Amino acid sequence: MSEDIKSYTISIYTENNIGLLNRVSAIFQRRHINIESLTTSQSEIEGVNRFVIVVNICENQAKKIVGQFEKQIEVIKAYYHTEDETIFTESCMFKIKSELLFEEPQIQNIIKESNTRIVTVNKEFFVLEKSGRRHEIEALRRDLNVFGIMQFVRSGRIAVTKDEMRITEMLDAFNN
Amino acid sequence: MDTQTIKQNKSVANKTERITGSEAVIRCLIEEGVDVLYGYPGGAIMPVYDEIYKYQGKIHHVLTRHEQGAAHAAQGYARISGKVGVAMATSGPGATNLVTGIADAQIDSTPLVCITGQVFSHLLGSDAFQETDIVGISTPVTKWNCQVTKASEIPEVLAKAFYIAKSGRPGPVLIDITKDAQVSELDFQYKKCTGIRSYIAVPKIKSDAVKAAADLINNAKKPMIVWGQGVILGEAENELKAVMEKAGIPSAWTILGASAIPTSHPLNIGMVGMHGNYAPNKLTNECDVLIAIGMRFDDRVTGNLATYAKQAKIVHFDIDPAEIDKNVKTDVAVIGDAKDSLAQLLPLLNETKHESWLQEFKDLYQIEFEKVIKHDIHPEKEGLTMGEVLKQINIESEGKAAIVSDVGQHQMIACRYADFNVTKSNITSGGLGTMGFALPAAIGAKMAAPDREVVAIIGDGGYQMNIQELGTIFQQQVPVKIVVLNNEFLGMVRQWQQLFFDKRYASTEMVNPDFVTIAKGYHIEACKVVKREELADAVKEMIASKKSYFLEVCVEKEDNVFPMIPTGASVSDVRLS
Repeated sequence: MSEDIKSYTISIYTENNIGLLNRVSAIFQRRHINIESLTTSQSEIEGVNRFVIVVNICENQAKKIVGQFEKQIEVIKAYYHTEDETIFTESCMFKIKSELLFEEPQIQNIIKESNTRIVTVNKEFFVLEKSGRRHEIEALRRDLNVFGIMQFVRSGRIAVTKDEMRITEMLDAFNN
Repeated sequence: MDTQTIKQNKSVANKTERITGSEAVIRCLIEEGVDVLYGYPGGAIMPVYDEIYKYQGKIHHVLTRHEQGAAHAAQGYARISGKVGVAMATSGPGATNLVTGIADAQIDSTPLVCITGQVFSHLLGSDAFQETDIVGISTPVTKWNCQVTKASEIPEVLAKAFYIAKSGRPGPVLIDITKDAQVSELDFQYKKCTGIRSYIAVPKIKSDAVKAAADLINNAKKPMIVWGQGVILGEAENELKAVMEKAGIPSAWTILGASAIPTSHPLNIGMVGMHGNYAPNKLTNECDVLIAIGMRFDDRVTGNLATYAKQAKIVHFDIDPAEIDKNVKTDVAVIGDAKDSLAQLLPLLNETKHESWLQEFKDLYQIEFEKVIKHDIHPEKEGLTMGEVLKQINIESEGKAAIVSDVGQHQMIACRYADFNVTKSNITSGGLGTMGFALPAAIGAKMAAPDREVVAIIGDGGYQMNIQELGTIFQQQVPVKIVVLNNEFLGMVRQWQQLFFDKRYASTEMVNPDFVTIAKGYHIEACKVVKREELADAVKEMIASKKSYFLEVCVEKEDNVFPMIPTGASVSDVRLS
């Protein structure tokens, strides 16, 4: 198994219970693994949550920690995937002084060319939102930074996998 | 309608009853067949203790002298009986004092349910008196934990707690119950939990994996089994014996696997690991197929992984999928219950004998006997050895005693030299190495198995870590036998200082009190042995006693435990001196 450090996306399907985030993060902490990003939300199944976690580790570690997640009582199933095996995106928001929109015509070009959405505009500031790959968001941030950014925030990665997860079958098997 | 996430049996009672949360706790315990629990009262758990008072006669509460003692006593109870041990404590310090026992149970897969009181739910997070986030603290060391803030949740949560603690690979569960949940009322009805949708307790065995395992074993010229506690937890002793005998496989055990197969069995080749036997350690690196059953390749077993059984095909039987390939890469993994897996394996095995291979183990045993064992159990020097004390205990108990050992040199000696003729006879803190374990664990063991002879073997260091539990022994009149092997040192640390730190004995020498007087202060019969000629009679008297008995044996101060695999060395570099 490869010992190369890669970016792995860990997907964990869980029951929606208090304290589970603590259990999940403790597994990383105990092994001294830094979490690059973590997102948790409702999954495609009612009442089932999905964690999407990005970590830079080797495959051997990825396999072992997936085993540790699955060992948790309230974890239904966990997976690890490489970037190639997932479709993923991040989103970000910028808050910028409104006057710049008129003083710096280039900003309008940047917005158009990068497919960035204007969320709101008022007298003081306007807000941009963009989804995409990290390098696209980074490029946009660099471009806008020249003019001054009041606030910038980027979400963790969200990802769906190319292969099937078969969680519903698993849960159906319990009920039958 | 809520989605069903757990399965429960139908309630025995048709009607519900209106009772308090605290009464519900006790009723749940009774429904789960709990006859004894260990604990210590305090503010946040007092309503439950009030119910313990009302239900006395139906459930027996043992007041230990420290919550750590309660947790270890519950462990001892669970380890000897296979049942779930129950410990109870109040919030804050009561709860945190349980943590060492919980961590010990987690790493040694012991089924425990720990119930802690918690402050009123409206005070949570307010730094209230004796408030501590025990759910947060215990998360990494529990199989599952949960905080209950409503009385109505108590029956289902406790049903889940017992199911999770006992099923699959067992482990500790902690349930934290706020005081308002204890004092408010609910409509009580108890239904045992039989399944949880996100938890596969016992994975289904894959028959092709069993077949692949059988093929490897049938083609092996030098097969070797290493079994662990999974065999005991899975009650697979008979199945293991049948497999060993049919395929003629020399079989060794980990410290927690001890006693699953009698010491005297001709294919039992002893203990593996840091202070295990010479032959099974050495020949781990000679076998062609290594069959690991219900064990987890702990670093104390494997030594340096880079040089561990590299020549061998590895077959790993385990109930916990996370153990497969965790430390040692396997060629064939059979995931599932040990009893069922071995039962499926047996008919696929060829009847074989491996006489010359077995002889290699016998030859190496002779070397170990000459260089180590002779000195340990038939010493010619003046000072008493720990090994000869174990030998006397074997003689007087006819090898039927349950040995509860603490942590250190005496533990290794106990595991090496005790005769184990009955399963579940080696109760020790293996994974966590918790000094202070043995005295309270012996209390729980004796109470769970009153017909068995329970002998605690403890060093002078570990004894003083939970010595207060003599009070519990006295109050409860628990007829345990306590043997303190006193070398006036923290012996194992001293051994390492001698071997690896140029004899710089930093903080390992102990100036001890008069242990006999202390035992007598608790009205426990006590005796001290300093000379070899006094030993046999003293052990005889101790075993013959129907009451609790304390025996101090002053052993040689600077004796070492061998064989030894130094940290980081290979199993084949096991040292005899």
